[in-house]
Amino acid sequence: MNALTIRNLEKTYGNGLRALSGIDLDVEEGDFFALLGPNGAGKSTTIGIICSLVNKSAGRVEVFGHDLDRAPEEVKACIGYVPQEFNFNPFEPVGEIVINQAGYYGIARPEARRRAEGCLRQLELWERRESQARSLSGGMKRRLMIARALVHRPRLLILDEPTAGVDIEIRRSMWDFLRNINVDGTTVILTTHYLEEAESLCRNIAIINDGRIAERAAMHEMLRRLHQEDIILDLAAPLNEAPPLRGVRLRLLDPTTLEACMEQGHDLNDLFAGLQAARVSVVSMRNRQNRLEKLFLERVSQHRIEGGGV
Amino acid sequence: MSHSYRVAFQTLVAKEFLRFIRIWVQTVLPPAITTALYFVIFGTLIGSQLGEMDGYRYVDFIVPGLILMSVISNSYANVVSSFYQAKYQRNVEEMLVAPIPAWVILAGYVSGGVARGVVVGVLVTGVSLFFSDVGVHSYTVSLAVFVLTSILFSLAGFINAVFANSFDDISIIPTFVLTPLTYLGGVFYSIELLPEVWQQISLANPVLYMVNAFRFGLLGVSDIPLWIAFLIIVGFILLLFAFALHLLKKGVGIKS
Ligand SMILES: Nc1ncnc2c1ncn2[C@@H]1O[C@H](COP(=O)(O)OP(=O)(O)OP(=O)(O)O)[C@@H](O)[C@H]1O
Ligand SMILES: [Mg+2]
Repeated sequence: MNALTIRNLEKTYGNGLRALSGIDLDVEEGDFFALLGPNGAGKSTTIGIICSLVNKSAGRVEVFGHDLDRAPEEVKACIGYVPQEFNFNPFEPVGEIVINQAGYYGIARPEARRRAEGCLRQLELWERRESQARSLSGGMKRRLMIARALVHRPRLLILDEPTAGVDIEIRRSMWDFLRNINVDGTTVILTTHYLEEAESLCRNIAIINDGRIAERAAMHEMLRRLHQEDIILDLAAPLNEAPPLRGVRLRLLDPTTLEACMEQGHDLNDLFAGLQAARVSVVSMRNRQNRLEKLFLERVSQHRIEGGGV
Repeated sequence: MSHSYRVAFQTLVAKEFLRFIRIWVQTVLPPAITTALYFVIFGTLIGSQLGEMDGYRYVDFIVPGLILMSVISNSYANVVSSFYQAKYQRNVEEMLVAPIPAWVILAGYVSGGVARGVVVGVLVTGVSLFFSDVGVHSYTVSLAVFVLTSILFSLAGFINAVFANSFDDISIIPTFVLTPLTYLGGVFYSIELLPEVWQQISLANPVLYMVNAFRFGLLGVSDIPLWIAFLIIVGFILLLFAFALHLLKKGVGIKS
């Protein structure tokens, strides 16, 4: 069953700005799905429509088979939403925010309290339950919004840049947390600008650009399509020019930095043997860029060129 | 009301109630002080120089109007500031993403406004007992007018908040519309004192009907027939409720 089905979704804002021009998207139940795209691509607009915060201009949205127009309350009951920007009352205590949210979903007080405690403990906010939300740190505020989104145990969790401004350690623990939730059966959709995050968490991705889906694929398939691997090598001594090497394209970025481009799966021993023969000594190496990042940039710029844009 | 709607409604009302109780110094105390000042100045100092109005001591005559005036302005103020704040801080989204129908949200905010109206109304009534000697002519009429007026102005406050785009916008209507209407709504005088033309003009002011109906509830005197007053109050409530519901369903001011 599809957790989310979107057909021909369009959105033109009141100021005439066309944010979405016909989006189709399917997310299967149990999936961990990334919605990627540059700033202003239309990710938050799409999510806003799914969560009933933005009125769509045309198209159809279904969540677990419930049509958004015909059964909005059934749709809403299935979704937990973590917005991109903080949207709680900063003067309200943390605990109350979560308990009240449970109440809005029809969960009576005693049960709401129990669930809020569970969610707040999971997200390590229980000690701060009495604090006003505004006194939390940025990362804590993000976690508060996740706790709030989970209190009614949604089947579909949608997170709009949940790890923006969160330190590495907490980000990693949030990844583990989200993985566990997904393993327990919750479908997760997230947007992020950290592509390694998408690569490490998600099974399927869509790249949205300029209000259209530019790419939709399984993560492993997407990564396989990237046949080329770029490696940066730091050299012990400066070179005047890059030595020729079979099967590898070498380019000197500066006298002590060499870029090696090769087919994925190329034997690295060959590379080093060749370099040794040419008396080039390497002190360190690293990947040129995250593979997904490369693909992302390719897709987005390709689209821009085709669209005659920037 | 289904079980989950009821829980959502209770949650919202409890939250609204706590909101104004927590800041009671700004919400509940000022009307009590203002009313006490009105009684001291108009009732005791100036009023003692005046004769009777509609057969009542002046200080007693103004009691119903002063109570209703505080109910009107507090119910209105509660909803307009609370809903505008929720819109401004975007925590209104907490309700919009949840499976609550628009009418439950509206009912929740209106109940919050009525709660503040009741708390302030009771307090102001308490203050007025120190200065005047007013009984209750009809509990049914008094209570009905009290609650209906509070509902009406809570709805009006809600609509104001929907259209407000700044904190200034939430004080424009109270200052330029609500205050003149209540002051000219026969709180401080019987319209019989006015020239014929102004009497006719005053009859276009809905607040006049509410003040008079409430005065009938407490004192048993009114410038206008009671049934007209109820007709007008209920008519306005239905009108504003339908309008507010329409705005909320369309998401005017809260959804883009
Ligand atoms: N309320 C609004 N009124 C008018 N235009 C809007 C509104 N919200 C968003 N837009 C515009 O719609 C387009 C898509 O915005 P959206 O927020 O969906 O992008 P996004 O993909 O989430 O970007 P980001 O990564 O920066 O969050 C942008 O051009 C944006 O300026
Ligand atoms: Mg966004």
